[in-house]
Amino acid sequence: MTATVVPPAPPTPRSPSGSILRPRKATGWRRFKSGLASVLFVLAFVAAAIPLIALVYYVTREGLKVFSWEFLTTELPFSQRSVDGGIGPAVVGTIVITVGATLMAVPLGVLGGIYLNEYAGKSKFGALVRFLSEILTGVPSIVMGLFIYTFWVLRVKEQTGFAGSLALACLMLPVVIRTSEEMLKLVPHELREGSLALGSRKSRTIRTVVLPHAAPGIVSGSLLAVARAAGETAPLLFTIGATQTANWNLFEGTNTALSVQIFGNANSPYIPAQERAFGAAFTLILIVFVATALARIVTVVYTRRVSGKS
Amino acid sequence: MTQVLDPPASGAAPEPPPPLVGGPRPPGYLADRTFRIVAVLAGVMVLVILALIIWVLFDNSLEWFREEGIGSVFSLDWAPNEGKYGAGALVIMTLMVAVIALLLAVPVSVGIALFINEIAPRRARLPIVFVVDLLAAIPSVVFGLWVLRQLASPLADIYADVHNLVKDVPILGDVFGDPSASGLAIMTAGIVVGIMIMPIVTAITREVFATTPASQKEATLAMGATRWEMIRGAIFPHSRSGVVAAVIIGFGRAVGETIAVALVIGSSQVLTENVFAPGDTLASIIANQFGEASGVQRSALIGFGLVLLAMTIVLGIIARSILRRANRRLGIA
Repeated sequence: MTATVVPPAPPTPRSPSGSILRPRKATGWRRFKSGLASVLFVLAFVAAAIPLIALVYYVTREGLKVFSWEFLTTELPFSQRSVDGGIGPAVVGTIVITVGATLMAVPLGVLGGIYLNEYAGKSKFGALVRFLSEILTGVPSIVMGLFIYTFWVLRVKEQTGFAGSLALACLMLPVVIRTSEEMLKLVPHELREGSLALGSRKSRTIRTVVLPHAAPGIVSGSLLAVARAAGETAPLLFTIGATQTANWNLFEGTNTALSVQIFGNANSPYIPAQERAFGAAFTLILIVFVATALARIVTVVYTRRVSGKS
Repeated sequence: MTQVLDPPASGAAPEPPPPLVGGPRPPGYLADRTFRIVAVLAGVMVLVILALIIWVLFDNSLEWFREEGIGSVFSLDWAPNEGKYGAGALVIMTLMVAVIALLLAVPVSVGIALFINEIAPRRARLPIVFVVDLLAAIPSVVFGLWVLRQLASPLADIYADVHNLVKDVPILGDVFGDPSASGLAIMTAGIVVGIMIMPIVTAITREVFATTPASQKEATLAMGATRWEMIRGAIFPHSRSGVVAAVIIGFGRAVGETIAVALVIGSSQVLTENVFAPGDTLASIIANQFGEASGVQRSALIGFGLVLLAMTIVLGIIARSILRRANRRLGIA
């Protein structure tokens, strides 16, 4: 919106006369300093891009050595030394655990966002929830793993994929709440008033008018949260156990995940295990990047649609 | 306005007006109430989860406090086979990793933030932000794997060079001491964590910088300031406290970073001032030892989780209050 207000960069008066009313043109040392600063800022970006490119290149190169459909679907080998075998169970585990976490965290998070934006307003309790949710965002993922282990796994006396889902859901929840609130905030008030004026109750207004309007943003934010969750290791380390065979059952039996496989194999002295770690890392990056890109695309398409309308 | 007046009237059958007092409850009343309650409950969940985390961790680390006394939090010895369960060394090494990470990440983040906000052409902004986003999306374990397998040994050579350069200088010679041959060291962990917290620090500083009123920036430029002078004269003074908050939030993330650190720090619980030597952090020791731990050791590791939680909560509160105060000041100004 400011874009329309800000005038196109005011042309500096270039008069040779050098009147005292005209700003002095930056010269010499000052201009050099400014240029140097700009170069440094560009370099900062390059410094961030280099590790990204190096990492993606290296992991892709190493990962493609073993990556294949078979690698993704074959069971894990029983020995780290074994050349055969793939990461099938880990792929299955990552999928069911992440989906499980999403099914818990996203509906709850969206409802939390609805509470904060539609009901809480500026109330004290709303402020408290908002504050705690921000604190919860900062809780380290390993602490979440410890929490679910001591709170859930010790109680049910079984490591399951579901325990992992619980830990991931706790991590995702505050993120989804925050995105939902931000997105709901963007819904114009006139829409709510229009719906209410037509006699819709608040809950109906929210369900049929407000939520659909905010949906693309919420979907995009949730996708980002899912992408992050899919790559998490620490919350799963003690909660899901280990397995050699694919386990589609979230609630029974131990499970495994891509991230946990990478962690377990990264330090292995055996080359095949290291190769599997890179294959798994490549798979994981692929999943995470696709989800992140999807989220971006949703956002871009959405903002284009909205700005095109108004 | 006219747009708003003609929304699709699909389900908007005229409902009877709600009775004033008493009488049968109008249709939709229950649904409305239920929905509200469900939404409130979802909000309450956050509170419940946080309270549960604190209570459960506290409850399960009681054994550690009881056996070792509260002083064990500050004791520097961690040797489970000798029955020593001190957290002190790990706390200090956690802070060392976090400080190294911040020293690396903050200047770069500020640079990127200014690059995106002030220098990059409007068209290039989205792709640049996307690159930073991708960096944030890479899982911790993949960072760890990459550094462990590709970066560690070249880093070891660099460490050796640096050590040879400064070994006769009094303090520097100790801080940059004998490097570990594998390249797994506190410094390596600091570097990885630095890369990992860069996106969040960048995102927050960007937001803070963006709140500088255009009028102030234009005023400095109109006075003949160069771009750098504008940044120093208008943007920096305006966003000082916001950047401090960003640094603290980055610090909180750095302290809690687990898996990448667990892979590259070399797992040594002996306190050292040598950043080129292996170490361990509160988070990484939990990841590496909790699986096989039992008894007091397990309780102590849960206690470490509690210490970690306390650190991140305190840092979070500080950062938030700084941000809030900055915002309030802006509101008044």
